[in-house]
Amino acid sequence: MTKSELIAALAEANPHLTGKDVETIVATIFDQISLALARGERVELRGFGAFTIKQRLARTGRNPRTGEAVPVDEKVVPFFKAGKELRSRVNKGAARTEPTRG
Amino acid sequence: MSTVTRAQLAETIYAQVGLSRNESADLLEAVLERISTALEAGESVKISGFGTFSVRQKGRRIGRNPKTGVEVPILPRRVLVFRPSQVLKGTVNGEVVDDDGEDS
Repeated sequence: MTKSELIAALAEANPHLTGKDVETIVATIFDQISLALARGERVELRGFGAFTIKQRLARTGRNPRTGEAVPVDEKVVPFFKAGKELRSRVNKGAARTEPTRG
Repeated sequence: MSTVTRAQLAETIYAQVGLSRNESADLLEAVLERISTALEAGESVKISGFGTFSVRQKGRRIGRNPKTGVEVPILPRRVLVFRPSQVLKGTVNGEVVDDDGEDS
């Protein structure tokens, strides 16, 4: 599913809203999560999961093609941890499609 | 660290779209539920400019109780992984990234 498919499905389920409204809603959600992470905050959506940032220290990387050493600056990376409910839903989906033996 | 929750996200939707507070909260829930349903079905969810949620199949392996050292089988399972887009990686580092910088 892509963002546009998500928007289309929501618009269909909410005929009283314009497509533009639904687009704004979806964009607002992901923009706000991004901005919160950029401020160094965490976003916690119970049952779904939590978005946080993790600090990565500066290190010496290597250009995989030339083997040349390149300095990699300190940075932060976005991280998502699925909530309990979503984690078990994803895993139950597996149980339905591929029954596990003993 | 300060935490953003459903309430703040719903409040922003309320402020930006002019829906009622209740409906803003419902729509936020609907978005999360659609994403969850797709993932539950094993489908990836790709939000351009943000990132991709995908489901990875893990095989059976032998784990060990770290306290007792006893071997325990870890059954095959499915786990959720999130890959942030280049745009999001840039945003959290205070960079302005062109949308074209997005990875697939």
